[in-house]
Amino acid sequence: MTIDAWLQAAIADAERRGLPDLKPVLETLAKATTALRAADFNQSAVESRQSSVEGRRP
Amino acid sequence: MMTIEEFSRRLRAGEITSTQVTEECLRRIEADNARLNAFTLVMADEARRRAREADKEVASGTDRGPLHGVPISIKDIIDIRGVPTTASSRVREGHVAERDAPVIAHLRQAGAVLVGKTNLHEFAFGTTSEDSAFGAVKNPHDPGRSAGGSSGGSGASVAAGMALASIGTDTGGSVRIPAGVCGTVGLKPTLGEVSIDGVVPLSRTMDHVGPLTASVADASLVYHALLGDARTAPPVPMPMHGLRLAVPRKYFCDLLDDEVRARFDAALDRLRAAGAHVDEIEIRHAADIAPVYLHIVLSDAAAYHAHTLETMPDRYTPAVRLRLEMGRYVMAEDYVRALAGREVLAREVDAALAQHDALVLPTLPIVAPPIGAATVEVGRGREPVRNVMLRLTQLFNVTGHPAVSIPAGPTSSGLPCGVQLVGCRHQTDVLLKVALACEPQITGVSVPRGGTSGG
Repeated sequence: MTIDAWLQAAIADAERRGLPDLKPVLETLAKATTALRAADFNQSAVESRQSSVEGRRP
Repeated sequence: MMTIEEFSRRLRAGEITSTQVTEECLRRIEADNARLNAFTLVMADEARRRAREADKEVASGTDRGPLHGVPISIKDIIDIRGVPTTASSRVREGHVAERDAPVIAHLRQAGAVLVGKTNLHEFAFGTTSEDSAFGAVKNPHDPGRSAGGSSGGSGASVAAGMALASIGTDTGGSVRIPAGVCGTVGLKPTLGEVSIDGVVPLSRTMDHVGPLTASVADASLVYHALLGDARTAPPVPMPMHGLRLAVPRKYFCDLLDDEVRARFDAALDRLRAAGAHVDEIEIRHAADIAPVYLHIVLSDAAAYHAHTLETMPDRYTPAVRLRLEMGRYVMAEDYVRALAGREVLAREVDAALAQHDALVLPTLPIVAPPIGAATVEVGRGREPVRNVMLRLTQLFNVTGHPAVSIPAGPTSSGLPCGVQLVGCRHQTDVLLKVALACEPQITGVSVPRGGTSGG
């Protein structure tokens, strides 16, 4: 799920639950999740484990 | 306020009794707790009884070790048999602990006198100890400012002489942060060393139990007692000449209050002058620390609180409820990413320590923030208080490395700030040897602290 799609769904769910104050909090979480997904320690299916993790060891 | 070391020496010399010092702590609680709000429960009767027993034992030649007869406060998130564990939350109304947490049992075995339970940020989920069913904890150095958190009552109780030590918990910095802003020592041991059974969890994978004390030697004594090893004397300080310290400037010193930076740099100058080698290093992926920490702590906390968020949501303070609700929206794939990041960060800190005895960095980028402040001015802009207060401590909860905060002297406004030393995993005692050696240089006080100072 993309972060945009997740954020829209999460805000809608929070409003449905009577928690509109969650919106700014969820937007903060979305920024943190964006940063987490952008981190270069993340692996993808086209990488080998050794090249993505071990290769960066000091 | 005296140190535990001094108390212990004078107790055995017959100069003081546990009853006298316990009464003095209770007198200070009586005088100042209404102002500071440090305690949720004062256990005066039990403390007096235990102190009398400790004195009788000393008179009869029984010696339980360095904590014998020492008045200690306990964060109200740790079970003490027969009294409530409130976690400073109305959610816990009616709870009474059926048994002592193992750390409490160890303290009793060591002869400690439990004077009461201390206020905290609700469920340990905050850095200011403002969101509490018992009201905000006030900083003894300026009651208009936060005592830090989440173990704010613990920090205030030691700084105000209401106890000679306190037991706190640290999931993102909750021992070191109040220690830093209250001007005490705070030790977070290696992850998993000290039992967290009988402790209300915030994140089972990052929770630690640790002491707040007046000195590093005292922290060592209490740490060993928490392990069930009450007779261990403080370690011998590591020689300063040749000590290898590493400062991670990038990220960790990018965003600092000018006065905190000045105190930190002055401490580094004193360490160099005393013979330490101080190198500058970089911890890669440091910019990813906060997202990794956030996704783990939110998920762990939300899982524990899911049921009560549904059944009694109005019993939470509004801010803590929102934070916990946020955790219920973390996606599984992102939690797994955070776990992967955790492994990478742990290796990065291991690598940074491979050629050094300890990392050295400020404990917090700021002094104690005003109570009620949502943001604080630091560097060239304003930042959220919570983010700033966690910025320099949370990494070592993610990675599990032991870390100790030592007072670095007051700023020009008279507010404390701290310097943090970080050691290798599973080598908390080695870190304490380094900390004992560095303590005079970090504090800027050349004689042993605690004799007549503190408070």
